[in-house]
Amino acid sequence: MLDKCNKSYLCSGLSLFLFSLRPDFSLLFQTNNLFVDAFLQSNRLDHVSQVMGYHTSYLDHFLKTQNFILRGDGPLPFHYRHYIAIMAAGRHQCGYLINLQKQEFLLLGGEHSWLKGLSSIPPKLKNLYDINKILAHRPWQLNTSHIEKLTKGKDSWSLAEVIHAIVILTHFHSLCSFVFACGVNQEVDQAGGYKYYMPGEPIQARSSNTNQTNPKDIPTVDITEDWKNSSHVGPPSPTEPEVGINTIMQRMKTLSEQNEECTPIELAKRFENIETQSAELGLVGGERLETPADISCFIEDEKFGYQDFAKREEQMDFPTFRVQDYSWNDHGYSLVNRLYNDVGNLLDDKFKTAQNLTYYTMGGRTDVDTSRFRRAIWNYIQCLLGIRHDDYDYGEINHLLERSLKTFIKSACCYPERVTKKDYDRVLREFKHSEKVHVNLMVLEARMQAELLYALRTVNRYMTN
Amino acid sequence: MATFHVVQEGPVNALALNRDNTQVAIGGRNVFKVYTIEEDKFREVCNLRASKHLNLSFSCNDVSWSWTDDHYLATAATNGHVCVWNLTKMGKAMQEQDYQEHKRTVNKVNFHASEPNRLISGSQDGTMRYFDIRAKNAVAIFYSNTESVRDVQFSPHNPYTFAAVSENGSVQLWDVRRPDRYQQQFAAHSGPIFACDWHPESTWLATASRDKTIKVWDLTSKLTLEYTIHTIASIGHIKWRPQRRYHIASCALVVDCSINIWDVRRPYIPFAAFNEHKDIPSGVAWKEDPHTFLSSGRDCTLYQHSFNFASRPASKANPQGVSLNNKGEVLYAHKVNVNNAIVKAAVGIIRKTSTTQSPDQFHLASSLMHQFTESPRGEQSESEIFLGLANNYVLSGRSLSEMCEHNSAVAKQYGKDQVAVVWKIIKTMYGEEYLQNSTSTNREDVVSHNNLPLNNIMGGIEHTNENDQRSRGGDTPVAQFSDETENEDQVDHIAIYSNGFPTYLNFRTGLPKGDFSFGENEIDMEFDTMITDFQSGYRNYVTPQQDFVLPNEAFHLRHEIRNRTPPPDKFPNSNFPVMNDDSQTIPLEEQPQTLLTVSCLPKMPLYDSSSIVLDALKHHAILGDVQTAACVLIVLGDQRKTLNELDESTQEHWLLGYIELLSRYQLWNIATQIIKLSWIPSVEQLNQQSTRFNTNCSKCSKALQRIGWLCDRCHSSQYALCSVCHQVVKGLYAWCQGCSHGGHLAHMRQWFAINKMCPTGCRHLCEYK
Repeated sequence: MLDKCNKSYLCSGLSLFLFSLRPDFSLLFQTNNLFVDAFLQSNRLDHVSQVMGYHTSYLDHFLKTQNFILRGDGPLPFHYRHYIAIMAAGRHQCGYLINLQKQEFLLLGGEHSWLKGLSSIPPKLKNLYDINKILAHRPWQLNTSHIEKLTKGKDSWSLAEVIHAIVILTHFHSLCSFVFACGVNQEVDQAGGYKYYMPGEPIQARSSNTNQTNPKDIPTVDITEDWKNSSHVGPPSPTEPEVGINTIMQRMKTLSEQNEECTPIELAKRFENIETQSAELGLVGGERLETPADISCFIEDEKFGYQDFAKREEQMDFPTFRVQDYSWNDHGYSLVNRLYNDVGNLLDDKFKTAQNLTYYTMGGRTDVDTSRFRRAIWNYIQCLLGIRHDDYDYGEINHLLERSLKTFIKSACCYPERVTKKDYDRVLREFKHSEKVHVNLMVLEARMQAELLYALRTVNRYMTN
Repeated sequence: MATFHVVQEGPVNALALNRDNTQVAIGGRNVFKVYTIEEDKFREVCNLRASKHLNLSFSCNDVSWSWTDDHYLATAATNGHVCVWNLTKMGKAMQEQDYQEHKRTVNKVNFHASEPNRLISGSQDGTMRYFDIRAKNAVAIFYSNTESVRDVQFSPHNPYTFAAVSENGSVQLWDVRRPDRYQQQFAAHSGPIFACDWHPESTWLATASRDKTIKVWDLTSKLTLEYTIHTIASIGHIKWRPQRRYHIASCALVVDCSINIWDVRRPYIPFAAFNEHKDIPSGVAWKEDPHTFLSSGRDCTLYQHSFNFASRPASKANPQGVSLNNKGEVLYAHKVNVNNAIVKAAVGIIRKTSTTQSPDQFHLASSLMHQFTESPRGEQSESEIFLGLANNYVLSGRSLSEMCEHNSAVAKQYGKDQVAVVWKIIKTMYGEEYLQNSTSTNREDVVSHNNLPLNNIMGGIEHTNENDQRSRGGDTPVAQFSDETENEDQVDHIAIYSNGFPTYLNFRTGLPKGDFSFGENEIDMEFDTMITDFQSGYRNYVTPQQDFVLPNEAFHLRHEIRNRTPPPDKFPNSNFPVMNDDSQTIPLEEQPQTLLTVSCLPKMPLYDSSSIVLDALKHHAILGDVQTAACVLIVLGDQRKTLNELDESTQEHWLLGYIELLSRYQLWNIATQIIKLSWIPSVEQLNQQSTRFNTNCSKCSKALQRIGWLCDRCHSSQYALCSVCHQVVKGLYAWCQGCSHGGHLAHMRQWFAINKMCPTGCRHLCEYK
């Protein structure tokens, strides 16, 4: 079975970015086992899992969690779960995930008519949309009235159901980031997923050939073509300089050596700087053209999107989220585990693995302590969503993360649908593909944790008031 | 002492009392103040955030007040700083030290209890640092090699020892003089540990974790887990209550907004709870007095609580429980008013043991347990059931599984569910079809059997409802029920209680440890009384039953049986020669065997079930139900040879016991059948023993042993004469039991065809039919 799968992605291409990964993509024994498990769970080995196969220890936790929230014990009915996933993926117009979840939805006896769009679903599910929208783009705006609206009145949700829904929503929001940031291709059985190539044709040539074969109205193809076209451009223009790994390593070293103590005011300023700078970062890609009909039917209020936290209008209403006041370890875990049994442990393990994952390599160099670099990325992502770690010097971010990398991370986190192959190629040029996937994993997890923290804090407030 | 509070601008993360308990310092993200505690209010003395240069060093995770010098405060800041404040100074100078050594948030800071100027901090970066507040840098650094240290506490017993707990669930004990390596480390919880606290008197350390438990460890030479308290939420802070050896206060991290005071010996319900806070409490500080303490909360308040206003969750707890078992029986426990006698006795104990302080008596709880069983045939006495079973059991003549099936149905019909199950199991284990076929059929059949108890449960539930309705109507439902129960199936009751109670007893012995009743100021009689109640209840419940059961059952009888066992052994010597004379009795010997060869000898099953079957039989026999034990043995036929461990004397015991019972109930036929079916010589011979009846010589009353018509002593046969023909009767002698005259059977028949009176002329109206 596995062979078949491997063959299939040979033809379709796992990911548009990772052409080079295929030949040296040798399956470790452990990875292989995980793939078998994944196949048995969902009757397919989706491309996401395959790309994550670079990081076996993480993939293990990812699959366990995803399987549990979609197929394990939980308060929500099974077809609801998949529909919520569709709604979540819709916020980023992620046709890939929508299609996968549609199939699962139908397999579990979901009604065909629901797939016509949000207008044909029961009011209970529809009530969730506000939370979905806010969590996906501006999680800081979530407040107790949203939860109250859900849990009171007709078609009300129980708190356990709300938590379950929130976990699914945040999981799929952040998974969208990963899918787009890795350029994961459609599955073989999805529209645009399979292309027929003559044997012997070089891969690069194929990708340009496909332009004509893809019908224009298939949403995913739009992205694909984007990628294809950009891949023609070749390596990014030399006018954009990028610091090499050596420089980064040098900077990490100086950072750990220098014990320069700056005043707390300075630190606070630095955090704000990072926030405002990120607001000034140009966006990758342009505004998306209109969304295809089969996706837009799952979207409401499409205009609602990410807004820079630094530029938020009501500064006073939405103060910075201090992790020290509501942390995952202390509060988030306890609450989520209380209302939705066992999921806390799974998420905890997943976050920990993603945070601590390291192979002590950078590019080709070995025995590198990457913790500063990883922490900078993690905190930068959460900073984008207005979360501040009191004990972090945000000046480090500017030392370690370049403007282009920050742009990429910001796009992947906030506007994943706009990420192009050019952006992917342009950043971290000296890094291996597996390391780039690692960065994308951190985008996924840091974003999910940030969204969860906002959501759980709100639920907590709702419960105590 | 009253409960009072003061509201702050923001959530309070921590609080600390000074040495004299007259002032309290509170710290949070936006709060940093010192209050004086007055009779019924807090008075603000100092606001340390009044300074213009506010920064993150002012946002405290923890506050500590020096034990030796009242002017010094230390704070742990979220940005990794440890600050020392001198309250005698003003403005910026107040901040005497600002240690920026930790790389991550500092979670805890604590002054040394006896050493002035010394304090220790624990941080998210996994290190602990020991400071001298006169020095610019840390005196010693301790690397825990864990993700992060959540709490550090100096031992009150040893000035050099401190405990550190970390997010990976381990506890480390350090010596401040040895920064290179911890003295001891152990894994205490499955999740992050958030807090620890040394017991002020004993060598206990309490730890609280995200896994929703508080554990109390005894750190004497050998580490032992003394108590575990189960909470409803993750616990963020704990503090032992002064002067109360077993009491500890806890604050949850989420969900639970009350401060709970636990008695470690009662781990499922708090001893007292304080529900004043609207959001989760973040810290507790006792005022050296067990009745007042202060607490801070995320709801921006600082409270002083008085024990007078504590709510006692145990008094509101509903001590009722209902449970169903697979036989449709209902067990339920309910609270009863505490027996006066017990209270008095308990008070006596208190007087003896407590020396000071008014005892804070943990509320007394006791409960009664009732059990209801299904009684399908109304009220049946034990003897009726015995009779019914004895009459209806089929012990021979059919295949083993048929007999088992039949007997199971009979047992069920008489409400003996356990016995019915035993029969079913015997069928499953020894039935022909199972032995011959493969295991797959075996499985199917087990499943089908399982359906039966299910139906039974349904029946049981309906029955309960009936009971319920009746109880509403009845005046004294409990009494009514217990009457009912007593009349039913007692054997089963004993079985259940003897199974169920040991767990309660273990429970009890597991709980109160240490000097439970001595040197303790308060006595919680909670458990004690509850358990003594249980125990006495158990005794009360069981003893009368035993009185009631014993006469009916085989206990008394068994002694007689034991006395009677020797005689059969003598039989072969004394009776066999005689038997040889009697040609009629010989076939009897072989009959049982022909009856018992029910089926061909099957192969031994792969799974040796004999020990289980044996246990079941012994269990029933011990309960006094030899009926089951004996009947199963008989039905098993040759299969019983697989019960290797069952020695012959026990088998004999059971059979004789059953036979004895049967004869008590005058079930001669069945007793005989059992004797016929038995395979043990001494039992089998019971039937042969009384086949001979010696008549006596009418003259000298000597038993006529050799022949019935000649007395060996008188050498005459004049009393063996036929009263009609006056000849010696050498064959059957028929005589009247009224006048003891008789003669040849044929002559007698002829005589009484015409006459009514005795042929000898004794004028007795003999009856001849």
